[in-house]
Amino acid sequence: MKPAPFVHHAPRTVEEAVAVLAQVGTDGKVLAGGQSLVPLLSMRLATPGHLVDIGGVTGLDGLDVTDEHVRVGALVRHAGLERHDGAAAALPLLRQAVRHVAHPAIRTRGTTVGSIAHADPAGEMPAVAALTGAVVEVVGQGGAREVAAADFFVGPLETTLAPDEMVVAVRFGRLPAGTRTRFTESARRSGDYALAGVALAVQVDGATVAGARASFVSVTPVPDVLDLTPAVGGHPVDDLPLDAVADAVAAHVDPDSDIHAGADYRRMLAAELTRRALATVTTEVTVGAA
Amino acid sequence: MTTRTVGEGVQRREDPRLLTGHGRYLDDLGRGALQAAFVRSPHAHARITDIDIGDAWELDGVEAVYTWEDLPGRVAEPLPVLIPHPALTHARTGYCLAKDEVNHVGEAVVMVVARDRYVAEDACGRITVRYETLPAVVGLDLARRGERLVHDDVPGNVAANLRQEVGDVDAAMAAAPNTLTLDLAIERSASMPLEGKGVHARWDTDDGSLRLYSSTQTSTGLRAAVAAKLDLPLAKVEVVTPDVGGGFGVKIVHPWPEEVLVPWAARMLGRDVKWVEDRREHFVSSAHERGQLQEVTVGFDDDGRLLALDVRFWHDNGAYTPYGIIVPIITATQLLGPYKPGAYRVEFWSVYTNTVLVTPYRGAGRPQGCFAMERTMDAVAAHLGLDRTEVRRRNFIQPDEMPYDQGLMFQDGRPLRYDSGDFPSSLQKLVDLVGWDDFAEYRAAASTEGRTVGLGIGCYVEGTGVGPYEGGHVQVETSGRVNVATGLTTQGQGHETVLAQVVADELGVPFEDVHVTTGDTRRMPYAVGTFASRGAVMSGNAVALAARGVRAKALRIAADALEVSPDDLDIEGGVISVRGAPGTSIDLRTVAVLSNPLRYAFDVSAQAATQFAGTFDPDRPPVADDDEPGLEGQDFYSPTQATFANGMHAAIVETDPVTAEIRILRYCVVHDCGVMVNPMIVEGQVHGGVAQGVGGALYERMVYDESGQLLNASFMDFLMPYASEVPHVETDHLETPSPLNPLGLKGAGEAGCIPVSAVIASAIEDAEGFPVRSMPISPAELWELRRQHASRTDPAQEGAS
Repeated sequence: MKPAPFVHHAPRTVEEAVAVLAQVGTDGKVLAGGQSLVPLLSMRLATPGHLVDIGGVTGLDGLDVTDEHVRVGALVRHAGLERHDGAAAALPLLRQAVRHVAHPAIRTRGTTVGSIAHADPAGEMPAVAALTGAVVEVVGQGGAREVAAADFFVGPLETTLAPDEMVVAVRFGRLPAGTRTRFTESARRSGDYALAGVALAVQVDGATVAGARASFVSVTPVPDVLDLTPAVGGHPVDDLPLDAVADAVAAHVDPDSDIHAGADYRRMLAAELTRRALATVTTEVTVGAA
Repeated sequence: MTTRTVGEGVQRREDPRLLTGHGRYLDDLGRGALQAAFVRSPHAHARITDIDIGDAWELDGVEAVYTWEDLPGRVAEPLPVLIPHPALTHARTGYCLAKDEVNHVGEAVVMVVARDRYVAEDACGRITVRYETLPAVVGLDLARRGERLVHDDVPGNVAANLRQEVGDVDAAMAAAPNTLTLDLAIERSASMPLEGKGVHARWDTDDGSLRLYSSTQTSTGLRAAVAAKLDLPLAKVEVVTPDVGGGFGVKIVHPWPEEVLVPWAARMLGRDVKWVEDRREHFVSSAHERGQLQEVTVGFDDDGRLLALDVRFWHDNGAYTPYGIIVPIITATQLLGPYKPGAYRVEFWSVYTNTVLVTPYRGAGRPQGCFAMERTMDAVAAHLGLDRTEVRRRNFIQPDEMPYDQGLMFQDGRPLRYDSGDFPSSLQKLVDLVGWDDFAEYRAAASTEGRTVGLGIGCYVEGTGVGPYEGGHVQVETSGRVNVATGLTTQGQGHETVLAQVVADELGVPFEDVHVTTGDTRRMPYAVGTFASRGAVMSGNAVALAARGVRAKALRIAADALEVSPDDLDIEGGVISVRGAPGTSIDLRTVAVLSNPLRYAFDVSAQAATQFAGTFDPDRPPVADDDEPGLEGQDFYSPTQATFANGMHAAIVETDPVTAEIRILRYCVVHDCGVMVNPMIVEGQVHGGVAQGVGGALYERMVYDESGQLLNASFMDFLMPYASEVPHVETDHLETPSPLNPLGLKGAGEAGCIPVSAVIASAIEDAEGFPVRSMPISPAELWELRRQHASRTDPAQEGAS
């Protein structure tokens, strides 16, 4: 379990990084936290000839909260996001979700943006990106562009990122006042890839639910968003039609079977997790308590 | 009397070293050594048609590429069958490097030795092996049908078929008022030590000698194997085990192919060579265990007393049988646990499959046997509407029946005769600990909250401390330092602490002065190894006997010097003094000086000894005919039979009514391993065993597809429980000393894991109200079981059938 030979590039700027990527094309891979890539390299399941290690690139470790967004730079570790009180206050879902990313040791190295660029359907943060209408900031040889999360994920481990491009930041959209969020998942062991998970945003207007949306972990090929408003809109927050929601989720998700659980089980689990998460939105919980 | 340390929870003296990164493991050794890597078979069953080394040689740093064709003499012969048995009629073993055919994914085909592991793996990538694939035999169902064969010359894939019967089962079964039949299944798991296997060979060209470091569980066994394979005099081979990060059984197998190839390559190349197994290699080329299918038929009276027990099981031994049929033999014999079943018949078939070979893993066949017996006990209770503890109580062997002979032959070829145990008392302790009698109330309360809970139980007896022998060597240096050596090996158990406790007490010296070495053939060339929960029983008693010899010698020399009778002397704190005459004393270290007539005054002790030197008798030699120089001695402990420990576990589980997620709320253990040298270490062993048992019950399995590919050969998909999945373990102890050995010890190493699958199955069954006959069980599987049972009890469906 030793990686095949590769050329290690250590650019200092984004421009240098994308220049290398442009040069090596599909034979290159960006290395940030390495928590997904390095095991693939060690098992020789991935054998890129060039690793573009962005660890030394300046200006990518910013975490900024604005009125509209929480902007997370490409070198912000999951642990950094988890501990950032400003981010948690602005968009509680971030801390709710990032705590479910693997284990503390992995969160200390792994980056949130790297997880999104990796586009694993079992990733927590892609689901959060989808639900918050995040914008993915991309830089390539031809300059910078911005991609909506909805257009970024095209399949399992597949994005619209070109070989000469890298993600420099993701802007998670802040949710309207009165939005209550939940993140929950079920894994075989704590910290494992979830069998199913759900990120939930519920718009509450007084005692009534105005709207609700959900995105999912491990049960959809890409983290798309399910609008639950038709099921719950206008209902009292403490008396929601949970069965209808569960049915809507079961109809929406499209899980695969694997060695840990069958598709039917995962579909049931996604529906049940959503039902239980929704049943807790009667009370606003502070982020720190979750 | 000296302050005793036996019985005290003395802090483990190895922990500061191991917990602060100062352990020296195999991969910490041999800096600068060449490193080996292997091309392994990607197919479960195939003929090798061609091996093309290609341009592997052209890589800078490649030193050697070997295939079977390159192997000389006995290195080229099949690996040995370590433990033959008359019933093992079709033993088959592999080669160090595959010859003509491969029989499981992961079998080594080509060995590359290079400057480092990176280059070695790069070279492996350039080698092309061509195969003609053959149909793979995967799973017990396919294997026992015998339509496809793993080995062409093994009909029906049957390596061994063994039947034992006590009493007349057919007659007793026919006469029984009630009978039940259960079909049971247990999945594969594996030892999975955190440190895999590893070998580092240092060949001394000038001396023509080999020093081999290995993470083996038996250094003496490996030494003999390597000397034979490499045609070296035993005196030119020494094997040393460094710190070893767990074994759990897989490292008792020897020699592994790499343990022959690495020293052979070192000799060929005249260079140090090292190989450290990586995790993927460990999954596909070491060993697994557990996989069995079982059919149990039981006859019993209306009180739940067993009248006849008829067990047939099929044991998946993987592709080869280097370790014989120890595992199914243990299942067959230890299945009986604390019970007397009336007539008993057991027959097993140990069958080949194209999968990784199967050798003992902590528990070594006992978890499977316990599962069969305990599922049966629960089924009997359910059938009669009796409390599950009551059925067990009625079938227990009673304390006044000890020693109790089950009438079977045990794994060591000796009678299965329990030496001691008090099963009714153990059960009572468990009932009290878990609150068995209050559970109905707890369940009712949980039910009002919409929660589903269940209570499970499992009992076992474990044959431990099997022979044939283990040795101890004790040496008192003139500094007062006491060196203790025993030949069995250590993988983290705490031998350095426990054996030092024993010797400190026996010799009457401070615990701090005693230093223990294990698994080093330079220090103790006769030894068996670490397995079968035998470390404390065998080496504990061996070092105790050796220490007693040294004590007697010390008293004799001291008595001479002090001109008193040895009977009037005591040793305490390393000082020998005359009982009742304080002030008349001599240090043990001074006695160490006196014990050696060559008495250069190198140190303070030697100078101090001059006052005792006295005059010598010119007519007697300096060392008497029946004496030896030095205050040291060696002794061996060799028992007539195994000691039998026992334990009883209970668990309360909660199952989610919708998602079928399974949570262990409480886990209680009552454990009896005789006298406990160090209760803290015993509890640690129990906790670790329970953790592995929980893995086997709820998480771990080896998922092979039908072509023989192991689909979960990584820690991402093979689910060893984390600390977060292991419940808090509540323990209580009973100490029924073994009458068989001087210290009254029984083994404790494997105990914790044995009944866990049985206990968890029992608890889930209790929670769900339908039988659980296959383990491990995942939430998805429990959910599926619920669906099946819901549809079966659906009246519409019943009417239709």
